[in-house]
Amino acid sequence: MKLTAKEMEIVEILEKDSRVAVEDIAKMVELSVEETKESIKRLEENKVIVKYISIVDWTKVEEHPGVRAMIDVKVTPKRGVGFDEIAERIYRFDEVNSVYLMSGTYDLSVIVEAKSMNEVANFVSQKLSTLDSVLSTTTHFILKKYKHDGIIFEPDNKDKRIVVSP
Amino acid sequence: MKSTKSTYVSKLVNDLKPSGIRRFFDLAAGMEGVISLGVGEPDFVTPWHVRESAISSLEQGYTSYTPNAGLLELREEIAYYMKSQFDVEYSPKEEIIVTVGASSAIDIAMRTILDPGDEVIVVEPCFVAYVPMVELAGGVAVQVQALKENDFKILPDQLEAVISEKTKAIMLCSPNNPTGTMLSKHELEDIAHLAKKYDLLIVADEIYAELAYDEEYTSMAAIEGMKERTILVSGFSKGFAMTGWRLGFVCSTPEISNAMLKVHQYALMCASTMAQYAAIEALKNGRPEVDEMVKSYRRRRNYIVQSFNEIGLECHNPGGAFYAFPSIKSTGLNSQEFAEQLLLKEGVAVVPGDVFGESGEGHIRCSYATSLEQLQEAVKRIKRFIDSL
Repeated sequence: MKLTAKEMEIVEILEKDSRVAVEDIAKMVELSVEETKESIKRLEENKVIVKYISIVDWTKVEEHPGVRAMIDVKVTPKRGVGFDEIAERIYRFDEVNSVYLMSGTYDLSVIVEAKSMNEVANFVSQKLSTLDSVLSTTTHFILKKYKHDGIIFEPDNKDKRIVVSP
Repeated sequence: MKSTKSTYVSKLVNDLKPSGIRRFFDLAAGMEGVISLGVGEPDFVTPWHVRESAISSLEQGYTSYTPNAGLLELREEIAYYMKSQFDVEYSPKEEIIVTVGASSAIDIAMRTILDPGDEVIVVEPCFVAYVPMVELAGGVAVQVQALKENDFKILPDQLEAVISEKTKAIMLCSPNNPTGTMLSKHELEDIAHLAKKYDLLIVADEIYAELAYDEEYTSMAAIEGMKERTILVSGFSKGFAMTGWRLGFVCSTPEISNAMLKVHQYALMCASTMAQYAAIEALKNGRPEVDEMVKSYRRRRNYIVQSFNEIGLECHNPGGAFYAFPSIKSTGLNSQEFAEQLLLKEGVAVVPGDVFGESGEGHIRCSYATSLEQLQEAVKRIKRFIDSL
């Protein structure tokens, strides 16, 4: 889908904050509210805007179970389908949050989310490493999130400017 | 600071008017929960890679003086920047001086060109320091008023009417603080024509040049035949979000630059070394952030100007800078009353227009260099304030 300049601006605004009111977006991009609504609808229908979600810092929620691990996976690619088949085998598991094909010393980077370390361990030992094409796995647990998808989790947002200046 | 007069203070300084901004600063500084539209600087922090390069310069021990005119590498970057961005060619070795903010650039320019009694035409409403800087340099500031009905653009006839035998220069600021008004190439040409006709200099404060939203920016020095008549003042504060670094620059002919350098070397020696290293990084790699900031200001300008007009404060569409300058005449209050009552009743700080000159009366300066959430809340409060009158 080719975006107009105005649509591009709308996407940029919503990407930063999906809760900005349509009326305010309309003012910022100099369109009418109706036109803005239509543009957003078009963006949604074409899946340019896929979904509106919240970025949650679960570490703030007391007793919230949950761990996240990044697993480096070495695999044997198969003739004809390369890495795609094994990648699909892996990403179909509900525990798997993301799968990337990587350059470098291993092939697939798999991000897994689970309730406990034990659950991740079970996933790796019982589901992941038992797949035929998987040669080896190295699991890294994430200890703390500082920045995620461009969002700093505890930013210093204090306005340090003096209140009135020339 | 209390304003008491000392017999030790010179008559010249005693007679300087204190800045009207000061009073509002004192008033607002003591209050809690104030939303400030009174800030004349970006809400962005200097991009990290620029800050990092200053830190790195300190780590490497670059803590000594630089040449008076600034690091040659920085002047070369400035020359490249002025050429590529604004199509003006300056020689890094002969025509560029790195200064302590644009303010000191204007100051040394005034001290360099003025003999006692020489006149400088200052277009108001304008930055609060122009008139005092002319006076401190022994000159006489002749003020002309850019009017609301002309979207705060000065007309050549108005300028011509006040040009006298003693006129040395015209001081211009486009995009303007406080009105946000930007002069088009055509309008600059008309003023340039006068400068040539009466053999005047133009002191062009182009500190907001990066922040132009609708039209491409034209520098006064880029107008044909004007480079040799222009003292171009600019810097890193606004476009690159580097106000606290205090770093500007001034470009002019080799002769004028050489003379300005005399003043600069005795008064200031050189600009801060670490700030100069930061500025090199800003010019080399800062373009993506500048573009992002400009985009963001533009959207906020659109939002605030439309919102002001909706709530009954008539506001022209400013072509640049980050100020909206709505009229508050419909409220029946003058700008000081409006700003003071708005601050006390609703906790929104704005700057009354009259502090920028008589023709600013009946207006308030609202900086939209603040987050959209704050702008939304400010508009809500201003509306409530107007409705309560």
